[in-house]
Amino acid sequence: MAEFLLAAALFVLAMVALGFVRIMRGPGDADRMMGAQLIGAGGIAVLLLVSAATGTGPIVDVALTLALLAAFASVGFFKSAADAPTDDAETADRP
Amino acid sequence: MSLVDLFTVAAVSAGAFFFLAGSVGLLRFPDALTRLHALTKADNLGLGLVVLGLLPRVDGVLGGLKLVAIWLLALLASAAVSQLIARVARRTGPRA
Repeated sequence: MAEFLLAAALFVLAMVALGFVRIMRGPGDADRMMGAQLIGAGGIAVLLLVSAATGTGPIVDVALTLALLAAFASVGFFKSAADAPTDDAETADRP
Repeated sequence: MSLVDLFTVAAVSAGAFFFLAGSVGLLRFPDALTRLHALTKADNLGLGLVVLGLLPRVDGVLGGLKLVAIWLLALLASAAVSQLIARVARRTGPRA
């Protein structure tokens, strides 16, 4: 059973790695933040699966912390994007 | 293989499938709002199914409650954050 759970964790980790492609390609800041959200949700699942597979209880607390921090990261992104001088014209400078 | 193990395998596999769907959607959908739609729903369903699969394996009520609490926190955070990201995506315009 532990093998199955570890294999599932590895699979979810591979799916999270796919999110890095979206972070790399963008094109907007919002798309990159979605990739970070994916890492948050997928990372929680990986940590829970590893915790169950290895019988290491405290990893669940790490997952709880990750859930909290992923939310804070996105709120911070929104705050910085709201403060940034945009917008509606072509003045939005974007690489 | 006991019934509990079968349940775990079924639920965790379904959860992994939804993570696959979320990642494919994030990569393949054409614009920011559709990607957000794929990500925020599919991934939280996948996480919920993984938690459901692991629930019979925890020791004690407290461990199970903690798993459910993590899922609820992820749901709540995702619901709030998807609104914020959508607001940013809408303001910066539909660029690709």
